[in-house]
Amino acid sequence: MMDTKTNIPNNTEMTPVISLKGVSKWYGDFQALSNIDLEIKLKEKIVICGPSGSGKSTLIRCLNRLEAHQEGTIHVSGIELHERMKDIDVVRQDIGMVFQSFNLFPHLTVLENCMAGPNWVRGVDKSKAKERAIAMLEQVKIPEQADKYPEQLSGGQQQRVAIARSLCMQPKVMLFDEPTSALDPEMVAEVLDTMIELAKSGMTMICVTHEMGFARQVADRIVFMADGEIVEQNSPEEFFNNPQHERTKVFLDQILK
Amino acid sequence: MFVDTVIEDKALHKPAFLIGLSLTVLAIFFALNFTNSLFGEFLRPVIGDPTESGFFGRFAVSLVLTIIFVLNLFAISFFKLKVQVAIVWLELFLLFLAFAYSFDLKMSFIQSRIPLMITRGLFTTIYISAISIVLATVIAIIGAIAKLSNNGFAYAISSFYTSLFRGLPLLLQLFLIYKGLPQLGFMVDAVPAAITALSLCYGAYMTEIFRAGIQSIPRGQWEASRALGFKFNLILRKIILPQAVPIIIPPTGNQFIAMLKDSSLASVLGVWELMYLARTLGQRDFRHMEMLLTAAMIYWALTIVLEVIQARIEEKYKQKS
Ligand SMILES: Nc1ncnc2c1ncn2[C@@H]1O[C@H](COP(=O)(O)OP(=O)(O)OP(=O)(O)O)[C@@H](O)[C@H]1O
Ligand SMILES: [Mg+2]
Repeated sequence: MMDTKTNIPNNTEMTPVISLKGVSKWYGDFQALSNIDLEIKLKEKIVICGPSGSGKSTLIRCLNRLEAHQEGTIHVSGIELHERMKDIDVVRQDIGMVFQSFNLFPHLTVLENCMAGPNWVRGVDKSKAKERAIAMLEQVKIPEQADKYPEQLSGGQQQRVAIARSLCMQPKVMLFDEPTSALDPEMVAEVLDTMIELAKSGMTMICVTHEMGFARQVADRIVFMADGEIVEQNSPEEFFNNPQHERTKVFLDQILK
Repeated sequence: MFVDTVIEDKALHKPAFLIGLSLTVLAIFFALNFTNSLFGEFLRPVIGDPTESGFFGRFAVSLVLTIIFVLNLFAISFFKLKVQVAIVWLELFLLFLAFAYSFDLKMSFIQSRIPLMITRGLFTTIYISAISIVLATVIAIIGAIAKLSNNGFAYAISSFYTSLFRGLPLLLQLFLIYKGLPQLGFMVDAVPAAITALSLCYGAYMTEIFRAGIQSIPRGQWEASRALGFKFNLILRKIILPQAVPIIIPPTGNQFIAMLKDSSLASVLGVWELMYLARTLGQRDFRHMEMLLTAAMIYWALTIVLEVIQARIEEKYKQKS
């Protein structure tokens, strides 16, 4: 089920889907990101963690240019993201994003939420979009909620709809910014399960999360940030068993307590 | 709003409150002095000639009125909310009628003039208001979007516009348009001038209402839309405005109601709308009150119609969410 309109060139396993070189960002005088270098390959699963305020959200939001960086370069599938680019919307259509606060459209039903993107900007006709929406809702295991409005769903259900909404765009990459931190503990698992399924299907994923069990199970690489810098990045095994930096050790001590 | 689930004792059923209320009302009635009104006349058997009754008469009238007033409240307090509302509405309406009746109105005069009031006055008022409402809404949508845009020209023009047209009295705007434009070479009739002034003035107020409504939609809605690759116009049309409309409706309804009545300002340009006819039809026969009260009732009825429409629309949006 490929879109007729494929926006960004297809990647081989070798070329990075996303690459950042020397990226820095300031909020006024405050430097939120400093000199970030990062490459993410096709089908790779990255988990970004770090203390609050370390710049994780800022980083992930730079990847679809919800935030602007001031120095360095960011390439998504070979297209550079910059201030004067013409086709940012086209790039964004290929990058799914899931927010901490779901951000579903409250005036649309679950089904309409999922149909909106493909139908409005991908040129998919209504019946096709609906077919796809139902398939994605089945994938996140809530097809029976299709005709409800978001506020009638639990937090966990809403977040799964948000994932389905992104998947309907058939993105090349999925970004997650703390998708489970607004949820009650008993709902965290259902969202994580959905994300694990998605990982198994081969999706390229970048997740900001503090769910270390998820990271251990899914991540190819864990990126640890502090004070706007990448302090260390490693495979889960190395990261948990053999952290290199003092800050990483302190962070792991706190979070795994 | 949240109505608490615990019912408190009614204030009216507490003796202390009743006594306090009675004394306050008595003081007010005494101060207002109803001795020379209809009520004094009713009490003539007790107090004698009202004008001569002095302190005793004044006190007696106040006391009787207070007793009626407080007993009435006390009785109403036992009914259910809806019935209470109906009774109070009815009583207030009867008081208003009594006020009107006290002018010794000549009904036949009203009857003879009412066809013109309606075919000419009411028609013109509705015509002016309806067009102005549509135009003001269009202006407000454009103005609000311009105010929210990053375009320097758009922002400058729309903020200058709202500042100017909210800053001048509507009557002054009306004269400026009616008398000013012809000097620039544009002839304007009174009705188009009135419509222009009303649209521009209310468009300015409504621009601010629409802007605030749009801005009240959480940032996350924009971000989620942007992340899906939607463009500004699409986001506004399909995501933001549908959510802003229910927020915008109540204050906009208010503006429509205000505008309906401000259309009466067109009377100073000699437009034959309700207010103009109300002032002129009664003049020759010195029957001012008849015409003014008739116009008052028509304006009020129109307002009620608008209120009902607004309530319907609000209800519709409430059901949807
Ligand atoms: N719009 C903004 N204006 C000014 N400062 C900001 C803004 N957004 C973020 N910051 C600052 O940038 C730093 C990084 O913020 P960011 O949200 O990326 O942190 P985070 O790692 O996601 O933290 P958390 O775990 O709390 O979500 C913080 O110190 C924050 O105060
Ligand atoms: Mg964050």
